[in-house]
Amino acid sequence: MADRPYRVLVAKPGLDGHDRGAKIVAKALRDDGFEVIYTGLRAQPEHIVATAVDEDVDVIGVSLLSGAHNRLCAKLLEQLEAEGMGHVPVFLGGIIPDDDIAPLKALGIKEVFGPGASTVDICRKIRDMLANPAVVD
Amino acid sequence: MQDKMTERTLTIAKGIQEGKRRALAQGISIIENEPDQRQALISYVHEKTGRACTVGITGSPGAGKSSLVNMLTKAIRERGLTVGIIAIDPTSPFGTGALLGDRIRMSDHRDDAGVFMRSLATRGSMGGLSLAVRDTIRLFDVYGADFILVETVGTGQTEVDVMGVVDTTVLVLTPGAGDDIQTLKAGIMEIADVFAINKADLDGAQKVAREVEGMLALQRGVTPAPDIVMTTVKDAATQVSLLDAICAHRERLQEGGADSAWKSAQVDGEIREIILETLTRDVKKSLATSDSYRALIEEVVRCRIDPYSAAETFLAGYPTRDEAET
Repeated sequence: MADRPYRVLVAKPGLDGHDRGAKIVAKALRDDGFEVIYTGLRAQPEHIVATAVDEDVDVIGVSLLSGAHNRLCAKLLEQLEAEGMGHVPVFLGGIIPDDDIAPLKALGIKEVFGPGASTVDICRKIRDMLANPAVVD
Repeated sequence: MQDKMTERTLTIAKGIQEGKRRALAQGISIIENEPDQRQALISYVHEKTGRACTVGITGSPGAGKSSLVNMLTKAIRERGLTVGIIAIDPTSPFGTGALLGDRIRMSDHRDDAGVFMRSLATRGSMGGLSLAVRDTIRLFDVYGADFILVETVGTGQTEVDVMGVVDTTVLVLTPGAGDDIQTLKAGIMEIADVFAINKADLDGAQKVAREVEGMLALQRGVTPAPDIVMTTVKDAATQVSLLDAICAHRERLQEGGADSAWKSAQVDGEIREIILETLTRDVKKSLATSDSYRALIEEVVRCRIDPYSAAETFLAGYPTRDEAET
């Protein structure tokens, strides 16, 4: 499937209204050849899942700075599964305390990118994630 | 030529007919990515199409197309009808990337199961975009959308192409864009069935409307003249007027007997495009694998023959499709 651009949903759940990080990642992914769909601010998990279904995306990137990442990610993953989209990998970025990373990954989040993560790294890891079916499926 | 429909495509086709959202989404992906299965899918659903009212929304970047689509969707939903939205944004000329941002204006409808939106990237067009839009319209139609709104990228030549695929074309104009009547003359003016003078709450909106009226008065042979509607997102009633103008245009199309001639022209355009796209794909494939073509390049590089003769030589030895099949 490498002969078509990957489609990625950049999602901004919860109440924080700071999306500079999400936009930087969206722009980096765009420049790396992804088709990027951005939800806009304050998308609830159910909106994100509905958008992922409609847009038939390959991967979802979630940006969270509010501290509500544990609850919102759990809800998102649960609803993805319920809508038959459990195979779509989800990565996370923003302000995520180190102690939360392992539990989030255990929950099903594929990768967590904190402050200082390089956009080159983010794009490469997502590409690897998608190219490796063992991880995707 | 047609490849066999896979089990997966058949399941998706049936799912679309049953109104399953995920099936529709997957069907659109097939249209975008799998030319052979696309053909099988469209063959399967085609006889059930032609029911929906299709509307194109075009205009320059920032004219308010997304906001208008959002408001128009609200007006349609208030009449109890369902909406499918195709939002097109440009692919980078330097790669395959695209930022598809039209959803941000559509957040009013994100809880509404009666609205389905899909973002499409232009993907370098290659003439294929309007085909993808046509086929996406078909799937929306079969899925059960009453209205299908196609929001184009900012104006240019490609929009004229895309507009050949819808019944009613709305051209969005705004005040403050300068007295750019010259750019209007260049063709985009001719494709509008309805003019929406958007941001009508701003100074100069009436002036734009007068300029359009003046242009239309000079233009012969356009009967009846397209409606001009003043719109603003600040007043929902203006969106109802826009919807009324769209519906009135559609009625005229169907009553006027012009229906068949107009439809034939659309279909003619589409079939030609499919033929050209198929030939282009065949030739590209052949060029990529042909040793004699590689040799011709060398000949031209060494100035032994000219590029026109090289092309002629290649084409002289080019197999017709029948030969290529066997």
